[in-house]
Amino acid sequence: MSDHSKNSHSVSVQVHGLRKSFDGVPVLRGLDFEVHRSEVFVIMGPSGSGKSVLLKHIIGLEIPDQGEILIDGESIQKPGVMDKVRMAMVFQSGALLNSLTVGENVGLYLTEHRLRPPEDIARVVAESLEVVGLKGLENRSPSELSGGMKKRVALARALVIEPQLILYDEPTSELDPLMAVTIAEEILNLKRRTQVTSIVVSHDRDLAFGVADRIAIINEGKILFIGTPNEVKNHSDPLIKKFIHAELTLDRTRTTP
Amino acid sequence: MFQNIGEMLLLFWRTIQALPFAWRQRQKTLDQLFEIGNASLLMACILSLFIGGVLALQAGSVLVQRGLGNVIGGMVGVSMAKELGPVMMSILIAGRIGSSMAAEIGSMRAYQEIDALRTMNINPIHYLVLPRLLAIAVALPLLVIFSVMVGWFGGALVSAYNQMIGISFEAYFNNLRQVVDVGDVANGLIKSFVFALVIGVVSCHQGLQTIGGPRGIGRSVTKAVVNSIVLILILDYFLTRILINF
Repeated sequence: MSDHSKNSHSVSVQVHGLRKSFDGVPVLRGLDFEVHRSEVFVIMGPSGSGKSVLLKHIIGLEIPDQGEILIDGESIQKPGVMDKVRMAMVFQSGALLNSLTVGENVGLYLTEHRLRPPEDIARVVAESLEVVGLKGLENRSPSELSGGMKKRVALARALVIEPQLILYDEPTSELDPLMAVTIAEEILNLKRRTQVTSIVVSHDRDLAFGVADRIAIINEGKILFIGTPNEVKNHSDPLIKKFIHAELTLDRTRTTP
Repeated sequence: MFQNIGEMLLLFWRTIQALPFAWRQRQKTLDQLFEIGNASLLMACILSLFIGGVLALQAGSVLVQRGLGNVIGGMVGVSMAKELGPVMMSILIAGRIGSSMAAEIGSMRAYQEIDALRTMNINPIHYLVLPRLLAIAVALPLLVIFSVMVGWFGGALVSAYNQMIGISFEAYFNNLRQVVDVGDVANGLIKSFVFALVIGVVSCHQGLQTIGGPRGIGRSVTKAVVNSIVLILILDYFLTRILINF
């Protein structure tokens, strides 16, 4: 428990000149930004613009070709830096371990790091599942859950870690509007409760404008703009306007030949 | 295959370094042991019975014609203990267990489960590779002991009941006891221990290297089985060459 309770403050993240290519195709073309402590920072942009790759760099799953990522001023490439910070990521697919039950998935971090006795872990798991509206599903297998339920279990798994930095990859995709609101509320609740720094990658404009302190618009591996939700909404750049104000307008008079 | 040998040796070394965490992973190791034993015991029994039987049949008919029928027990005994038991069992386990290890770890890799472990600061080598390698390193030599004994029995059955041979159980096992010593069985066990490490490391490495979806998993499984068998047969020669002096 001592390990778990240490470093309870939130962290800042700085990204400097981040570049990454896959098979010679540049995906990130020199990103520079800072995420402040306890901030909800939303990254928006079209599909394939490099948002998820950026998240993987921040959590250390990818190594940059150039540039660096600092957490509280220390490069994550330095040995031991990643071990000092409690981070969690809610994957787009959930990424639950299919060989474990829902309860074992949610309690995995505590079990593997031996942070609490088993009866405590069972209680924490039950509480986390209740928060995401999945009370009593501890013994179910992930294969029995819908896509949205898997994502909520993944969120419960992240909550258990009590992270200082949490990354969400498309947290509301595949969710019905009511559950999307629940997840958005939980992002904000978690921030209020623990002052966690949150980085959210999403296409969901309602979520972005609802939870963000600041929004970054990214396109083709470059940052187009960073600002508050209001600044983004009122920005004059045509690309940003097109992305933010895109509407579904179908010509209903057209018929298929 | 050979360009990955360095990576496989590195994985093996990292797994050795993780040995102090073995007690923590005991439940997963026991689960894997059960999986290997449960999946392989019946198959091992059938395979060994018939290998021993064929060995006695092929060699026995020739030996009996030349008046050497009384040495069948020793010949089957040594062949099973030093060569056929360890090699055939290792090939069986490479196909049955190596493939399942590569498929399971490969699908975890493809569906980001390993990424999820890493984000929780859980080392995939401690969590996935160590229990599998420990389990197979214990299970394969045990299976080989079982296989050798069943193989001896298979040889005895054929020697006794095949009309071309007609060597009694007593004569067969008397000769086997005279010829086979503990060193011969230890020889086979040393080989099977090395082969177990090869299967474990190759299969886990292929699983961890999986790229893409179902097709990538299929490719990893095939490579794990083929590479394990090729390495087993190559190493078998060199191990035999080394152990022949002892």
